[in-house]
Amino acid sequence: MSPDFPVRCHVVTGKGGTGKTTVAAALALALASEGRTVLLVECEGRQGIAQLFDTPPLPYEERRVAVTRGGGEVRALAIDVEEALLEYLEMFYNLRRAGRALRKMGAVDFATTIAPGLRDVLITGKVKEAVTRRKDGRRVYDAVVVDAPPTGRITRFLNVTGEMSELTRSGPIKTQSDGVMAVLRSPQTAVHLVTLLEDMPVQETADAIAELTEARLPVGSVIVNMASEPVLPVDALDRAVEGVLTGADLAPGLAASGLPADTDLAEALATEAVEHAQRWASQDALRDRVEKMDRPVAELPLLPGPMDLGCLFELAGRLEEHLGAEVAA
Amino acid sequence: MSAAEETTPRPARAAARPAADRQAPAMDLAALIEDADTRIVVCCGSGGVGKTTTSAALALAAAEAGRRVVVLTIDPARRLAQSLGLVELDNEPRRVDVPGAAGELHAMMLDMKRTFDDIVVSHSTPERAEQILANPFYQTLSSSFSGTQEYMAMEKLGQLRASDTWDLIIVDTPPSRSALDFLDAPNRMSRFLDGTMIRLLTAPARAGGRAGFKFATAGFMVFTRIISKVLGGQLLRDISAFVSALDTMFGGFRERATATYELLRRPGTWFVVVATPEPDALREASYFVDRLSSEGMPLAGLVLNRTHPPASTRLSATRAETAAEAAAEAGDDDPAAALAAGALRVHAERMLLAAREQRLADRFTSAHPEVGLRTVSAAAGDVHDLDGLRTMAEALTGADGDTPTGVPRTRVLPARRA
Repeated sequence: MSPDFPVRCHVVTGKGGTGKTTVAAALALALASEGRTVLLVECEGRQGIAQLFDTPPLPYEERRVAVTRGGGEVRALAIDVEEALLEYLEMFYNLRRAGRALRKMGAVDFATTIAPGLRDVLITGKVKEAVTRRKDGRRVYDAVVVDAPPTGRITRFLNVTGEMSELTRSGPIKTQSDGVMAVLRSPQTAVHLVTLLEDMPVQETADAIAELTEARLPVGSVIVNMASEPVLPVDALDRAVEGVLTGADLAPGLAASGLPADTDLAEALATEAVEHAQRWASQDALRDRVEKMDRPVAELPLLPGPMDLGCLFELAGRLEEHLGAEVAA
Repeated sequence: MSAAEETTPRPARAAARPAADRQAPAMDLAALIEDADTRIVVCCGSGGVGKTTTSAALALAAAEAGRRVVVLTIDPARRLAQSLGLVELDNEPRRVDVPGAAGELHAMMLDMKRTFDDIVVSHSTPERAEQILANPFYQTLSSSFSGTQEYMAMEKLGQLRASDTWDLIIVDTPPSRSALDFLDAPNRMSRFLDGTMIRLLTAPARAGGRAGFKFATAGFMVFTRIISKVLGGQLLRDISAFVSALDTMFGGFRERATATYELLRRPGTWFVVVATPEPDALREASYFVDRLSSEGMPLAGLVLNRTHPPASTRLSATRAETAAEAAAEAGDDDPAAALAAGALRVHAERMLLAAREQRLADRFTSAHPEVGLRTVSAAAGDVHDLDGLRTMAEALTGADGDTPTGVPRTRVLPARRA
């Protein structure tokens, strides 16, 4: 068995469209290798995890969605805020039946509406519970992976005590959020940021790292998703980036390819090659910016075709290498 | 073919044709923004699809076409904001210098808290306003309540329209996950503020502690107890104070939200839905289109942003791949052949990507055959300055068939011939 990972609560965030749900799922698979049990948590009610694992919509219940080698497994939980509140009322006040009546009145919706931070406390509270849950003296989950809200909201989402303290200065919710905060700020938590090599996602990643650091929340790795490799030979790449590649440059090689001579086509191919090279060059420049963020970086390739379980395992393989290197370091 | 099938009415036959044959109508955005009857254009779509750049580019095109236009942006990327001269958040339109434009371009960035504060200040006495602005619940509500941004965007739109200073207002919508939030959030919020629950909860405070009990059922007492247990009594007191201060201030939130909502239904308002060629973004666009039609709100069409049309469509992906292999075999020691092989692979990838994008667009069109379409290539949508905006404006408003490859701007790839 490979060494235990020190981090047990992995929070995955990223700008919308960067593929954070996919990365969270792949990370859960990676952590579940070697016989570990991992919980993958969805907080925004989009059923994205069910789609990825090709299962029916997930109820508010921990369900096995994948098994990994060595008897490991990934279970998934889609958090329903109403259910979480009822569970909370039962746990702390023994009020489950009253809670059901409240739901009929629309009061639960009301409560989470007047105190938006309450939603976050309930969700992070559930995460904390899963991270610390024990059965027969042993931890139930070796790791918990959270498909968290996007970068724009992540600090507010995790900084529950800060958010709730504006509204409630005492009482059980305050105690509850203090407990959650203790886990989220501890070294067993890491917030990973998923980005693409594009301007805005990279900028948002940098902003989020600054905010998280200021809120004393532990930043984990930056995960560059959907990275592509240049298709052109290295020596031609520079010329193409400069935009000096023309149809005439391609013509001799195209003759060897068996295509009939066609200057228009050669020009079009040159145009596309230049766009490809320039796109790659701007991505490479952003790669430098990501390196300068001074966090461990993992890069996941852009996979052709639709995302399926096979793809997820491939991405998981890459993340496993990254995690291994992290532990070794 | 059986007799029954032969007598099938036309619409059913049309539906049976393969989707690839069905052409989306072209969307004429140039005519839309030049038309003096067009007074409001709302750009909507899910987060990250390029609503802000689309709004700004349309506004620029309108200004160049001679209109006095203001674009209300919600959360522009820093460089785009700079290119529009939006360096400071002052919640008021600022003129953008557009050399040579026949009309005028003004731009502003929404400051939701300030917009909310302004409503409070302009509708109450100074003492009362101060009291409200200092209320902790008001502060949470005006800065972090889900729906406040949408509500204030609507409010600002109403103000801009009422001032009658501009002949065209272009609105970018808040970056929520769902495009529908723009339409739903203001009502949700006003329903909440005017709702029974908050009235009951705050009734004792408003009526001096007596009247509230008339409505209070046993269930409701349990509710108040739990709410104060979970959230703390202080929050309830803050809410009570806020609602009672607000109550006498101006007509209900609901009427206010309803009035702006009605504005969106008036003639002269048009919606432009923006999506990227991704399943999620198009699914959201599809919901939104259905919703507009059920609300009787006019849809101008769909902007399919960030497509990847190939520079030539004459060589298919399969043939390009085959040619790349042949060149690679020939070119082990031949740099020219290696280069050609690379370029052919780039083309093959590009054709596959474009085919995927076209398939997604076709799927949207099969579900919404009446919705006009305009594609904007990723190259045109990468905007950092006024020149970039102009390129995008051209892609949005140029004639449908006017492209280097002759592929109409309605499509990513040319239509297959029957």
